[in-house]
Amino acid sequence: VGEFFSTCGFVQPSKECKSRLRGGSHLAGAANNVAPFQRDGAEGCPSCNFLVCVCARAPPSVTRVTSVLTHSSGELLLLGTEGGHVFIVEVPGFRDCRSTIHSDLQKPPYDYIGRRNLEHVEALQENPINSNQVAIGYGRGLMVIWDLNHRCAIRHIPATQQLESMWWTENGSCILSSHSDGSYCCWTLRTGDKKEEEEKSNIPYGHFPCKAINKIVQLPTAGGPPFLLFSGGMPRASYGDRHCITVIYSKTQVAFDFTSRIIDFFVIRDGPHHTEPSALVVLVEEELVVIDLQTEGWPVIQTPYLVPLHSSAITCSHHVSAIPLKLWERIIAAGVVQNTQYSKKLWPITGGQNLAPDPPQRDLLLTGHEDGTVRFWDASGVCLYPLYKLSTAAVFNADADLNDNMSQSAEGEWPPFRKVGCFDPYSDDPRLGIQKIHLCKYSGYLTVAGTAGQILMLELNDEAAEQTVEAKVVDLLQGQEGFRWKGHTQLDVREEPVLFPPGFQPFTVVQCQPPAVVTALNLHSEWKLVAFGTSHGFGVYDYLQKNTVLVKCTLNPSDQLAMEGPLSRVKSIKKSLRQSFRRIRRSRVSLRKHHISNTNKVIQEANARLEAELAEMELAPVQRKIEARSSDDSFTGLVRILCFADTFLSDSSHNTPSLWAGTNGGTVFAYILYIPPVEHRADEALTAQPAKEIQLMHRAPVVGIVVLDGHGAPLPEPLETAHDLARSPDLLGSHHVLVISEEQFKVFTLPKLSSKMKLKLTAVDGSRVRRVGVAWFGSSRTEDYGESGLVFLTNQGDVHVLSLPHIKMQIRYPCIRREDVSGIASCVFTKQGQGFYLMSPSEFERFSLSTRYLVEPRCLVEAPLPPVFSNQHQPKLEGASSALRYMLSPYFPFFLQEIQKSLEGDQT
Amino acid sequence: MNKNHRVPSSRSLSAVEVKSKFGAEFRRFSLDRSKPGRFDEFYGLLQHVHRIPNVELLVAYADVHGDLLPINNDDNYLKAVKSANPLLRLFLQRKEEADYTTFGTDSLTRKKNTVLSAVLLRPDPNKKKPPVIISLPKDFRPVSSIIDVDILPETHRRVRLYKHGQEKPLGFYIRDGSSVRVTPQGLEKVPGIFISRLVPGGLADSTGLLAVNDEVLEVNGIEVVGKSLDQVTDMMIANSHNLIITVKPANQRNNVVRGSGGGGGAASGSSSDSGASYHGYVPQGAAATAGPTHIIQNFPVGELESDEDDEDLVIEVGGEAETIQRTPSNYSMPSLPRYEPHLNLRTTTAANSGSAFSINANGNLRGSGGSLTNTNASSTTPSPDRAKERRNLEEEGTVITL
Repeated sequence: VGEFFSTCGFVQPSKECKSRLRGGSHLAGAANNVAPFQRDGAEGCPSCNFLVCVCARAPPSVTRVTSVLTHSSGELLLLGTEGGHVFIVEVPGFRDCRSTIHSDLQKPPYDYIGRRNLEHVEALQENPINSNQVAIGYGRGLMVIWDLNHRCAIRHIPATQQLESMWWTENGSCILSSHSDGSYCCWTLRTGDKKEEEEKSNIPYGHFPCKAINKIVQLPTAGGPPFLLFSGGMPRASYGDRHCITVIYSKTQVAFDFTSRIIDFFVIRDGPHHTEPSALVVLVEEELVVIDLQTEGWPVIQTPYLVPLHSSAITCSHHVSAIPLKLWERIIAAGVVQNTQYSKKLWPITGGQNLAPDPPQRDLLLTGHEDGTVRFWDASGVCLYPLYKLSTAAVFNADADLNDNMSQSAEGEWPPFRKVGCFDPYSDDPRLGIQKIHLCKYSGYLTVAGTAGQILMLELNDEAAEQTVEAKVVDLLQGQEGFRWKGHTQLDVREEPVLFPPGFQPFTVVQCQPPAVVTALNLHSEWKLVAFGTSHGFGVYDYLQKNTVLVKCTLNPSDQLAMEGPLSRVKSIKKSLRQSFRRIRRSRVSLRKHHISNTNKVIQEANARLEAELAEMELAPVQRKIEARSSDDSFTGLVRILCFADTFLSDSSHNTPSLWAGTNGGTVFAYILYIPPVEHRADEALTAQPAKEIQLMHRAPVVGIVVLDGHGAPLPEPLETAHDLARSPDLLGSHHVLVISEEQFKVFTLPKLSSKMKLKLTAVDGSRVRRVGVAWFGSSRTEDYGESGLVFLTNQGDVHVLSLPHIKMQIRYPCIRREDVSGIASCVFTKQGQGFYLMSPSEFERFSLSTRYLVEPRCLVEAPLPPVFSNQHQPKLEGASSALRYMLSPYFPFFLQEIQKSLEGDQT
Repeated sequence: MNKNHRVPSSRSLSAVEVKSKFGAEFRRFSLDRSKPGRFDEFYGLLQHVHRIPNVELLVAYADVHGDLLPINNDDNYLKAVKSANPLLRLFLQRKEEADYTTFGTDSLTRKKNTVLSAVLLRPDPNKKKPPVIISLPKDFRPVSSIIDVDILPETHRRVRLYKHGQEKPLGFYIRDGSSVRVTPQGLEKVPGIFISRLVPGGLADSTGLLAVNDEVLEVNGIEVVGKSLDQVTDMMIANSHNLIITVKPANQRNNVVRGSGGGGGAASGSSSDSGASYHGYVPQGAAATAGPTHIIQNFPVGELESDEDDEDLVIEVGGEAETIQRTPSNYSMPSLPRYEPHLNLRTTTAANSGSAFSINANGNLRGSGGSLTNTNASSTTPSPDRAKERRNLEEEGTVITL
């Protein structure tokens, strides 16, 4: 049926960015510098072993590389090590260790006598106006200016604080050093034999002890004071947990406050000679932030790619293919209004070409987040691009501060913080979390459902509107007795009118009682009905007449877990006993270790603990209970799937609207819906009549229900035929319903519901259905041929395709690691046989089962060779990329062995 | 009915003399010992000789030990004919006025501590407990069996557990482990799946055919090599209604001796190493499971794949509940008195509802009417265990459970 490939969908922009990062700046610290090499280096490349040991996390050893300098000549690579040696290596080849600067060659000045060791090489800098001079900064604080030609030290700069970073100013006259106590110094280099003078030692956030300044950069401007940028240096006690970069220009000082740890930063400079600082690029742990330094107020430039998906944790996703242009434009328009705080400046990072063809259609990926937002992403091409963000928190009275994170801090605050970046993992109210999303692309109606049993109906409106959101409480228990919900309370809906910005505006909210997580949701925009289900039951709400059409309790009265909610304390005594034993044991282990432990033993201790845990696991091996499912199991009433269909439920001559619901206990409920004709739709009552029930013998959870028409094709989406986008379903032949449980696929005839076909999955290979979707596979050869297929993902991480309507296995592909439970749970299928899943909390991987619809990252990053000499402070791709090439050369490991050998000889 | 024409040659060794008593009447005739025919033919013959063609009969005979035993299928009919020495004494009763309690307990003179009574009736004949009521052998269902003895290596055992209709849990745990295999390269450790625990009183435990540390080789004919513990778990659960597992018993001493198979339940002891094989006879369990738990027989191949018991229940709501497919026998089983003593014990509080029928049908609770729209609890699926608390639910609407 299809050809499968798995692509790292969004790697292209990141590659482009990385190469730019390397070329455009002096990223201090070997770990940061070399890590990208490691990432980019092809697997199996001989340098990999080395690169791993260069990592900051490598165990301490004298050969560990602590800093790297790519010399501007393009012919030398300087490697500073843990042991305080600097290796000068000729590139290409790495073959010739031309010279080594040993730390004991340095004759420290008189006042350094008494200090035992210079420690590791913390920083290496080249003189921007004389490339023969290189500054070597040792951890202890001493800085040495070394002449490469004469192989001798020219000067010693005797800083006394632990060195963090070093910066040689543009004109070569000063060296800035930053230190672990939060201070920085400017050393003026005088000609002649005079000692270097420490111009001033400055602790910018002083008085109280400060944290280290990790990196300092000073850049001149054409006609004004220089830009001074440094990271860290915050007062330890009050703001020690902030991740800040301070920018000082003239009288302006701003401490950009990031939400995750700063990895590195550099400044892009433009103008005729590439000298004017124009943008600050900061790579923090969770995102990439670019700040416009030329526009007043230093606004953030919106990232066109690498936008953090997980600014709040993703809780669900929903894919809609082939969005009509009208809706697309309206969503974009709503999104544009939201992005006013961004700089107008163009994205300053250039390089690389996207060779992928234009996407054939407009696809939307909607992600629901823990903080109650829904983000709309353009998923048509390789790169996910944010279009619009919907927040549902405004509907509810929450303690949450509704102010955006971007808001400016109060006047006169010191340090002058400004929050930047959109990564914000802290949710103020977990009940706001979005669990299910359904968008009708034809009508622009959206429904989202959340953790506290709330179901919001939203309509796309191009104007801002102030309106009251009507709340409707639906009691799913239906008088079931002996029930006490111990979970969270329901959300408090605001009674006063709320001003909603242009975009999707909520007009009604249904609240399930008890407020359990919504586990199933479906929207039929043609009938104007929304169906929702929780662990207690399901209901249908008519959002035109704003009343409930159907409520059904599926709760098993003895199901204590479902009764009590997520905070249930029902827990086996055995389990808690086992846990407490483990705890005792663990604390004993750590106690014993504690006596002999010092700071270096931390790793050993962790290892020992791990071993102890492993031993414990061996004592009691993992067991699995073999037990048939019974109706007494927990959460049998949890509604897993809801589905609307216009089909033959009561007799074979009249098709009627129907609702299908499947539960965790293997039960399928089918209801006939009576919907008044269009002219009376607003005033005549709707009814729902129970029609059928199927109890699957094997009792496995029902995860999918698909109604097939007379041709065996799945019924079209609501309004799809009305928009002439699908042929109308065949109502002459007999319809079938395909019930997909976690274990089996079964086709029943309609309306008799006699079993026609089945396919057992679990009984045969032990895998279970986790995710299921219907996809249309177009032929790659001819335009007009295609087949519908059932796509499903198993708990083993395999994707299967079944033919429809005969449910025959077509193909199976391993797709996700089976240990990646959250990846499997996050998978969504598109209507064209593609799929998305979260390969990490922040990355979607896209795969395609279709030969016609492929989305491949096709890109080109040009790296001109050979390297040319240029000023080291200017962004240059050439030097770095050639260095990369040499790094990957086959000689590299030999060279490393040589270093190793020389050092070992040195030690003994 | 061809046996009618047989000439009663009274003292011939090849013939069995039959004395049949129905009420106060006796009939005497004989059967060919080598060709006794089938039970239904015999039943017709009895109706014929007593001239009671339309009377439902309960047929019983007195065995060598003087116990009164029922004849209601081919097996016990053959057994009765075989054991007739020389006279086969039959006792006929009308079914509607049959006294089931008579079987094996009294009414006939017999020696105490006979083998049969020890095995079938009481685990400890020395204790004078209230007589155990057992059901008719026809109503016995197999709960487990060893199958395919002829095609499997002697070190392997293929066990079939009949979960359906059982109230006992399957009751065992599996774990990862490693086993040693002989390969051309010598001994090799390979990962395997093992039984790690048996739940006391569970089906697996009470059959005595599975034991801790038995290696699981196949589940319903599919090898488990290369499958993870979770996969094997899911396979077993998916097949739980009719689970066939091939194991390599940890204890190889008590393997079934080839050629001795095909016998009755008496062979059970030799196939078990758990020592727990008689737990199943403890009268705490359902009487129904106290039958011959160990039947060694070769099932026809087709039966391995038999799937009828996997039929789903479809209910027309609003109309009468119906099962479109043939419902599994255990669910549509008529209410038989055999269940009564046992279930009465469990649902004493429910006795007033008089719905023993619905309970007997293992929860196939069909209320008389009531559309779903007017009843809240219509969807709940109470299990028999819950039946007593949720009595009102059962009567309110179309409630279904399997």
